[in-house]
Amino acid sequence: MGRLEGKTALISGGARGQGAAEAALFAEEGANVVLTDVLDAEGERTADIIGGTFLHHDVTSEDEWAAVVVRTVELHGGVDVLINNAGIYADSSLVGGDVDEYRRVIEVNQVGVYLGMRAVAPVMIERGGGSIINISSIGGMRGGGGSFAYTASKWAVRGMTKSAAVRLGPHGIRVNSIHPGLINTPMLADTRMTDPANIEQLLGQIPLRRMAEPSEVARLALFLASDESSYSTGSEFLIDGGLLA
Amino acid sequence: MGRLEGKTALISGGARGQGAAEAALFAEEGANVVLTDVLDEEGERTADIIGGTFLHHDVTSEDEWAAVVARAVELHGGLDVLVNNAAIYSPRTLLEAEPDEFRRVIEVNQVGVYLGMREVAPVMIERGGGSIVNISSGAGMRAGSGGFAYAASKWAVRGMTKSAAVRLGRHGIRVNSIHPGLIDTVMLGETRIVQGGNLDRAVERIPLGRVGRPEEVARLALFLASDESAYSTGSEFIVDGGSLA
Repeated sequence: MGRLEGKTALISGGARGQGAAEAALFAEEGANVVLTDVLDAEGERTADIIGGTFLHHDVTSEDEWAAVVVRTVELHGGVDVLINNAGIYADSSLVGGDVDEYRRVIEVNQVGVYLGMRAVAPVMIERGGGSIINISSIGGMRGGGGSFAYTASKWAVRGMTKSAAVRLGPHGIRVNSIHPGLINTPMLADTRMTDPANIEQLLGQIPLRRMAEPSEVARLALFLASDESSYSTGSEFLIDGGLLA
Repeated sequence: MGRLEGKTALISGGARGQGAAEAALFAEEGANVVLTDVLDEEGERTADIIGGTFLHHDVTSEDEWAAVVARAVELHGGLDVLVNNAAIYSPRTLLEAEPDEFRRVIEVNQVGVYLGMREVAPVMIERGGGSIVNISSGAGMRAGSGGFAYAASKWAVRGMTKSAAVRLGRHGIRVNSIHPGLIDTVMLGETRIVQGGNLDRAVERIPLGRVGRPEEVARLALFLASDESAYSTGSEFIVDGGSLA
């Protein structure tokens, strides 16, 4: 029997990368999967391959969150798992950086997570419980040299996770954050880390000496989504090859 | 197929409580389990029930660690997983505790973990990898008002975990710590929370509103022991019902 048999999972940013890997693994483990994204063609294709449902979804829109949750409940009778996975990366420096770009990153990575929890929590309360997984980053564990806006948004996700866990725990809803390090996804190419000059040096700093595949993050998400993690909430789960150790 | 099929796991303090729950779950998932303890009778019984091997073992003894590891390798050809679980508790505060008692707690909870990693690492290096799971505590994340020596030892375990992860990562050995909150074990009864009749009040402050079960810690240990966590090392994994959120 699958480890998510009978559960329904909603995964934002599920068209590709980590979101798609989570969608595939969750479906394999018996979950009903609804994946959402702004990337329609890739989203439809991923849903086809894994046997899930794709819905178009801009996570910054309150209305679209409402529509996505309603549709999921319509299809499967409820929501047991939410993965707030949608995120963007933009180079952004504190001094001299573009303020609109800062706001854009916060809107997707941070407000999007807030709206997701806000839309899903009442449905989970009615169902008597659930598991919310917010994808933060190692950028949410230290300041580092990356994008300022990205770092800000990922720290906020970490904090919101704890606050939501305290608030929703009495309803049997668990809320945890995942903090991936270097993962082989399209987003990694958006950073400067994969420049040939940087990557060798960077991998040398990782105790496991490699980056990870999205499927490895998905296995951690599976643990947190399933009842196997029934007493863990409000906490951070790192998957970074030891980079922060 | 079991999630630890073909792997050999050594679990210290495996006679009862969390160690016994880990031993049982690991055996169920296909692992060869060697459990060790100073409690011979309970250890033999647990080993009988789960189909593992019990070895008498004082974790403060370098010689006994050497003997235990040699025997595990003799029995199963190597070692893939070490759970440094053995520990003792003392509720005494900084000014209450006698230095000898402080040293005793450090010796078991901290030196024992060091000796375990020290003994097992060469065997895992030879095998090309492995997973070491050190049981720290919520007290290793926030000292709180509990026992002083206990908190000191558990913070040390957290730090040693990171240092060992950095050192051993290149050999494919992962090292992580688990931080349980209030778990329904014999040790819980030794805390002032229980002895002072304050358990109900303490539970009210836990977002999930209950103490955890040893099996819930075991499922986290299983995740970390298995290849499902292949890219996580040098990190803390909390199972506390949200107490620290």
